[in-house]
This record gives sequence, C-alpha cells and structure tokens, in this order.
Amino acid sequence: MNAIITMILKRLGLGFVTLLVVSIVIFSAVELLPGDLAQEILGQSATPETVAAFRAELGLDQPAATRYFTWLGQILTGDFGHSLANGRSIADLLSIRLGNTLFLAAYAAAIAVPLSLLLGILTALYRNSLFDRAANVITLSSISLPEFFVAYILILFFSIKLQYFPSLANIYPDTPFGERLHRTLLPVLTLSLVVVAHMMRMTRAAIINVLASPYVEMAQLKGVSPWRVIVFHALPNALAPIINVIALNLAYLIVGVVVVEVVFVYPGLGQLLVDSVSKRDITVVQAVSLIFAGTFILLNLIADVLSIVTNPRLLNPR
Amino acid sequence: MHLLSRYLPASLRSAPASALFGIFVICLYLLVVVLAPVIAPYSETEILGAAYEPWSSTYWLGTDSLGRDMLSRIIYGARNTVGVALMATVLAFLLGGFMGLLAATVGGLVDQLLSRTVDVLLAIPSLIFALLILTIVGTSATSLILVIAVLDSTKVFRLARSVAQTVVVMDYVEAARLRGEGMWYLIRREILPNVSAPLIAEFGLRFCFVFLFISTLSFLGLGAQPPSADWGSMVRDNATLIAFGDITPLLPAGAIALLTIAINFVVDWKLHAASGLHD
Repeated sequence: MNAIITMILKRLGLGFVTLLVVSIVIFSAVELLPGDLAQEILGQSATPETVAAFRAELGLDQPAATRYFTWLGQILTGDFGHSLANGRSIADLLSIRLGNTLFLAAYAAAIAVPLSLLLGILTALYRNSLFDRAANVITLSSISLPEFFVAYILILFFSIKLQYFPSLANIYPDTPFGERLHRTLLPVLTLSLVVVAHMMRMTRAAIINVLASPYVEMAQLKGVSPWRVIVFHALPNALAPIINVIALNLAYLIVGVVVVEVVFVYPGLGQLLVDSVSKRDITVVQAVSLIFAGTFILLNLIADVLSIVTNPRLLNPR
Repeated sequence: MHLLSRYLPASLRSAPASALFGIFVICLYLLVVVLAPVIAPYSETEILGAAYEPWSSTYWLGTDSLGRDMLSRIIYGARNTVGVALMATVLAFLLGGFMGLLAATVGGLVDQLLSRTVDVLLAIPSLIFALLILTIVGTSATSLILVIAVLDSTKVFRLARSVAQTVVVMDYVEAARLRGEGMWYLIRREILPNVSAPLIAEFGLRFCFVFLFISTLSFLGLGAQPPSADWGSMVRDNATLIAFGDITPLLPAGAIALLTIAINFVVDWKLHAASGLHD
C-alpha cells in the first residue's frame, strides 16, 4: 500500500510541476506578442505619454519575472486581474460561467459514461454480430463528425421541426434545476455523442483484449455464462485502460464544450474564451486558458492514479 | 506505377464496402479540389444576387448571407479547407517526424530536452493553446497553418520517436555508426525507411484531426479570413437559416463530415489489415 501512496505523491508532484510550467507558457504568451501590448490596445493614435501611463497601469514597466510572480500570486488568491476590453474583474466574469461549464460537462458525463460502458460490454459480448458491426460503423462516423454539424442537426430536428427543446441553451442563475436539464439537453447530447463513441470503442477493445487470456477460457470451459465471464472475469482486468480513457474523455469534455457553448449560446467559459480571442482580450484568454489547462492536467492525473490503483501491476513497469 | 496497378486491384477486392466507399469519396474530393474552377458555376467571391436566395435553377443551392452562390463556394471551399489542412499536416509530419527521429538517434540531452518540451505542450489542450496563440499572432491562413502544424507535430514526434527507438538499436544502424556515417545519413538511409510505414498509417488519422480542428477554428471565426470560402466559416455565416428549417448551412458541415468519415473508414481497414486481426 505504501508503494501506491508514494506513487500518488510522485504523480501529484509531477502534475504540480507541469501546471507550473504551463502557467509560465501561458504567461509568456504575452511576451511573444509582436510589438507592445499597451500600444496594441490603445491603437496607433495614442500619444507616447498615454502609452507609458497605461504600461505602468498594466505593470508592463517591470521585468517579466516580477510580473509573472505577481500574476501567479494574485491568481492563487483568486484575483485574475481585469479584462482589457471592458475593465471588468475577470474573477466576476468567471465565477458563474465556470459553474455553468462544469454543470454542462458533468451532465454530459452522467449520460455518456454509463451508456458507453454498457454499449462497450454489449458489443464485446456480441462481437462480430450485426449489432457490433453497425455499432462500429456508427461510432466511427460519429467520431468523424465536426461537433457543430451534430449540434445543428440536433437543433434542426429537435428544436425547429419537432420543437421539443429550445435551440438556445440560455440559462440564468435562478433557472430551476429541472428547467436547466431540459434546456441543456441538446448541447449535452452533442457532447455525449463524440465521447460515447471513443469510450465505447476503448471498452470493447479492452475487454476483447482480456478475453484472449487463459483464465477467461477457463471460465468459459467451466460453463460460466458469457455475460458473467465478461462482467466478473474480463471487466475487472480491463478496468485500467477503460478508466484511463474515461478520464481522458472527461478532460476532452471540458475542452469540447467550447464549440457546443458557441453553437447553443450557452453562458459558459468556452464562449467567454472565443469572444475574448476575437476581441484579443489577452488577460481573459490567459485566465480561461489556465483554468482549462489546469482541469485538463488534473483529469489526466486522476486517470493515471486511478489506472494504477485498479491495476497495481502497473507500479512495476515490464 | 507498375507496382501500383498490380497491387491495387487485389487488395481492393478484399476491402470491405466501407473502405471502398471511403476510397471513392476521397477520389471524388480530390477531383473537386483539382477541378474547382471548371466545375463551379460562378466565382467564389462575386456577389450575384440577394442574400439567402432559396434553391433555384440559377443558384442550385441558393445564395449565402452576402448573396454569393452557395454551390460555387462549397466547391472552392474544398480547395481552401482541404488544402490548408493538408499543408498543416504535411508540415507537422516534417517537423515532428524529423524531431522525433533526431531525438531517437542522438538520444541523451537532446532527447530529454525535446521530449520534455513536447510533454508540456501536450499538457495544454490543443484547442485552448491554439486559441491562446491566435489571440497573439492574429488570424490569417499562414498563422493558422503554422500554429496547427507546430501543435500537431508534438503527436507526430511521440510516434516517430517511439518507433525510431526500436530501430536505432538494430545491428545495421550500429554497423553504419561504426562505419563512421554521419547523423543525417543514419536518419535518412537507415532509420527513415524502417519507420515510414507506421508514420504513413498515422498520416490519415492526423489529417482527419487537423481537418476537423481547422474547421472548428474557422467555425469559431478564427480561421481563414473572408472573402475566401471555407466550410467551417460558411456554416457559421449562414447558421441563421437553420432556424427556418433550411438545411443549406449544413451542407458544408456535411462535406467536412463526409471526408473525415471516408478517411476513417480507409484507415480503419488499413489498421485492421496491418494488425493481422481477423476476429
């Protein structure tokens, strides 16, 4: 058990270092900006005095290292600075949107994970049947679809033709929970479709991989039912790659929300990011990128740890 | 060419229907890319009629938000969208492949440095990273190609390095080393021929990824700049029509989807054949 705790601590440390390096990369993005940020924002017509004053206000007159640590320190205390475009506090902009994005991703995960596990087990159980082949073609296709295509098709059928769901997923802080679930179902279905395909294919592949093992053959020869062989004999040993791919897909969900939020005009972080990129509002872009990257790293870390915990053999590679 | 004509029909006979369909679609797209000016009834950028005209015998698929012919823009869009994605993928392979082979051949500090850099780049989701960089350098076709090529080269690097590492320890590489051949010779003559097969297989998948990625960026309004037609931004510009139950804006999106599906079918078949799995 000690080995596992050491391993988890090591991974945590590694994750922390990665996050730190990523924060440096995101921060130095501004340094790479051709020309001067203050000049860029104020435009060519600004007088040198105004630019100098603005530079001082942004702290650009200090060395990069000093600014990095100030920036990092402020973020750790929850102060993300101010938007360049409208001067609003970034922390205020983020607070509700982060919750909304997490809600969307969690909702999608709650539908996608059980569904893909079930489908993965079923396709492994009935492999090479018509059902399996149809599932293969369908999932391969859905992986290939651009998200906005799926999103607009869902809108066309479910909100324009059938009028079951609204085409805009606009929710407010006081929208009741049931109403939220209803309004965000289309974006959630869009997100789910892609990740279900990935997770299902991985689940199927992982289980089939294990099915070649002697102990599975033993169980089959004993006369254990195929369903029982898969769920009790094969699945536990296929769990490591499956958990890994689930965590990776959850990480993908967090990022995948960007397009979906734009299509459905959902007030989340992704929409804020895209808006800020087109306005070239670099401070907001930095803050949102850091949050996305942090979540991404965290989920990858969880994937690593969980897959080792469920399969301690991985502690000793080879 | 002789080899091709002898080899192709036999392998195609055993191909599943999905792969044949994929090959057919890919050929169709290539034809459209090459023959765009011949097929397209109107010019890509010319404003011909009123905005959002319905389908008619003059404008087969109607007109877009500015009154340009939709069909012509979809046809020219094949050039821009597929062309940009192809360039980015090729660049990513040149960069990532070379760096990967270099890291595996030289090893030591160079390998460590390159691998750790790639680790950091991979720790940031590529869409977020692309958005961050595009904020800084601004959006143009060139910056788009470069940004995506660099981001995607990290994945090529990983594959090239891991495949090359198994080749580098082979006796014939050692022999060439002892013969006193230079590093460039080693990479080009000894290692590259032996790692090209998995890299070529990966090319199809990476192209799909890059193609979808570019379409996503241009859908978000951060891709190629107007007036040139590309499928992602065409969906975005005409999306309002969907609210009236018109499927025209879905056509460019469908064009994207069809090509990626086709490539995936072919790659799936190739991978399946290469893995020797016949379960």
